[in-house]
Amino acid sequence: MSKPKVGIFGFTGCGGCQLEILNLEDQLLDLVAAIDLVHFTEAITEHSDNYDIALVEGAITTRHGVERIEKIGKIAKIIVAIGSCAVNGGLNCLKNLYGTAKAKELVYGDKKDWIDSIDVKPVDAYVKVDYYARGCPPNRFEIVDIIRSLIVGRKPEIPNYPVCVECKRNGNTCVFELGMTCLGPVTRAGCNSRCPNSGSGCDGCRGLIDEPNVNAQKDLLKKYGLTVEDMVDRFNLYNACREKNIAEKVTGGN
Amino acid sequence: MAENINIEVSPVSRVEGHGDLVLDVKDRKVEKLIFRIPESPRFFEAMLVGKNWDEPSHITSRICGICSVAHTYASIKATEAAFGIVPNDMILNLRKLIFHHEIVQSNALHVYFLAAPDLFGVGSVIPLVETHPEVVNIALRVKKMANDMVRIIGGRAVHPIRTVAGGFTKLPAEEEMHIMRDMLRGAYPDLEKSLDVLKTLKIPDFERETEYISLSHPEDYANYDGNIKSTDGWEIRPSEYLTKIKEKVVKHSTAKHCWAERDAYMVGALSRFNNNYEKLSNNAKSYADELGLKAPCYNSYMINIAQFVEIIHSVDDSLRIIEELLDEGMDEERRMVEINPGAGRGVGAVEAPRGLLIHDYTYNEAGRIEKANLIIPTNMNYGNIERDMQKLVPGIIDKTEDEIRLACEMMIRAYDPCISCSTHFLKVRLINK
Repeated sequence: MSKPKVGIFGFTGCGGCQLEILNLEDQLLDLVAAIDLVHFTEAITEHSDNYDIALVEGAITTRHGVERIEKIGKIAKIIVAIGSCAVNGGLNCLKNLYGTAKAKELVYGDKKDWIDSIDVKPVDAYVKVDYYARGCPPNRFEIVDIIRSLIVGRKPEIPNYPVCVECKRNGNTCVFELGMTCLGPVTRAGCNSRCPNSGSGCDGCRGLIDEPNVNAQKDLLKKYGLTVEDMVDRFNLYNACREKNIAEKVTGGN
Repeated sequence: MAENINIEVSPVSRVEGHGDLVLDVKDRKVEKLIFRIPESPRFFEAMLVGKNWDEPSHITSRICGICSVAHTYASIKATEAAFGIVPNDMILNLRKLIFHHEIVQSNALHVYFLAAPDLFGVGSVIPLVETHPEVVNIALRVKKMANDMVRIIGGRAVHPIRTVAGGFTKLPAEEEMHIMRDMLRGAYPDLEKSLDVLKTLKIPDFERETEYISLSHPEDYANYDGNIKSTDGWEIRPSEYLTKIKEKVVKHSTAKHCWAERDAYMVGALSRFNNNYEKLSNNAKSYADELGLKAPCYNSYMINIAQFVEIIHSVDDSLRIIEELLDEGMDEERRMVEINPGAGRGVGAVEAPRGLLIHDYTYNEAGRIEKANLIIPTNMNYGNIERDMQKLVPGIIDKTEDEIRLACEMMIRAYDPCISCSTHFLKVRLINK
């Protein structure tokens, strides 16, 4: 692909992923020069419905959103989901856990029927997603790497090993030792273990690796006197839509 | 000249989130003028119910990527107020420091990237890369400086990690304090050049006096803390916000409109400037002077200039804070204060870049949230934006449809609305019944 036409599209979320693209300060002008940015409502007035690559931020939470994402699916040759909301539904899925009907009732009272809000789903529930830039917020350099890879025609390298690998490499004290819960052992790396680097446990915002080591996780829970609920609550922050049987997956069903 | 106009701009670009402008003029009379918010609602109040006290600041930071530090601290302050926690001076100074740089980051993004293209007569910052490369490079450097400050203190620029109830999970190293000081000092030449450019740009004329509401503090140009103050002459503690601030549901919007003494009011940079001008650094005051911004100012287009003046103040005040922190030293022992969770209600009020932001939590005995209410700055501005446009349009009705459309869009953009924030909820309190 020589100079691809790129559109950036926002669905339900905080706008932070698009902001992370703008936060590429040192690389932003090179990035903008390497692509033909034809649609980016947050930053540009002109827009076009002719694009090759769609970068999609946010989860699908309304009927109107379903129509929009299906239209993008028909136009774009490649769809990249950026950020936890687009990739896994993200934090929005807490609404599903609470119950969409109940949430409408709580928040809108007797006006609840005015409101277009459906159960939250990630982008790939509606259209084929080719690449995923995970995380909340996503790693902006990973987004650049994915775009660069698409331009030069290679496959982007997305880690399929746990955050612990990066955390060890960064020489951090294990946060379990500091008395905190951490999802690093089962969460996909690629963030450079940024939460443990800051003295905080991993919240699993990048989702599970393909084959989490459940035995190691079980041992950890036992060793530090933690319960499955501790881990599940934590994991549900960003992954409640995706991983229905998360307790089983994280703990091997103990 | 336009006898009849039907303008629908959907969505308005260069604002955060999705908002539509609808304007119908018949026989030169405005029949309909609304700023419609169809952005999907997010139900954060429901998401927070049952959450343990250490989770709300991380959850609510995801209301908005651009003002995640403000949401984090409105949340932390609500939790700390509910548990009776009083942070120490070192923690407060670091909080004020990170707060300044979310404001610098957000104001810079708005002034240089979102609003300035209108003043240069182009559709985005991209054509400016060719025509005004120096301005674009300055914009990128100022924004990077502010983001790096937030990264050093908070662990990352969007959704900070280290900022928690009780203090910080990690402190910046002393060496990093020196790096921050150098970065701040290095920003002045760019800010001076920005001043020169801004002086050459024409801000549209407009005047409509309204009620201006912001935090106000006896010592600081209030960002992180203060009472809620109005130019209509009242001042209350944050916990009393419900006595003054009312909300209502409007049919064309998934975001509520707010009012206090009158039918609408303004929050944000211009309200802060009008209420707290005296607390600005002398340097910031002289920038305001050079740009013709005087308190009180009733031209909503000047919000952008007030945002730039605030950048100057934040850089000046950050240097003062860093000197204090360096004098006292980073003390690991004072990184966190003790937390004893329990039942109680707490209100946290801060100035987000776009204005007053309030989180109100009720906790149960176990330290889990029973009830949450969040009041968002952009909601407070919607009513005022519409009233500004209702005054603006009759005054420019002889212009072309394109010119009227642009003037209205610029008015909306001047407020720097953050629509993701404003639609995080929509609670019906049945005030109209």
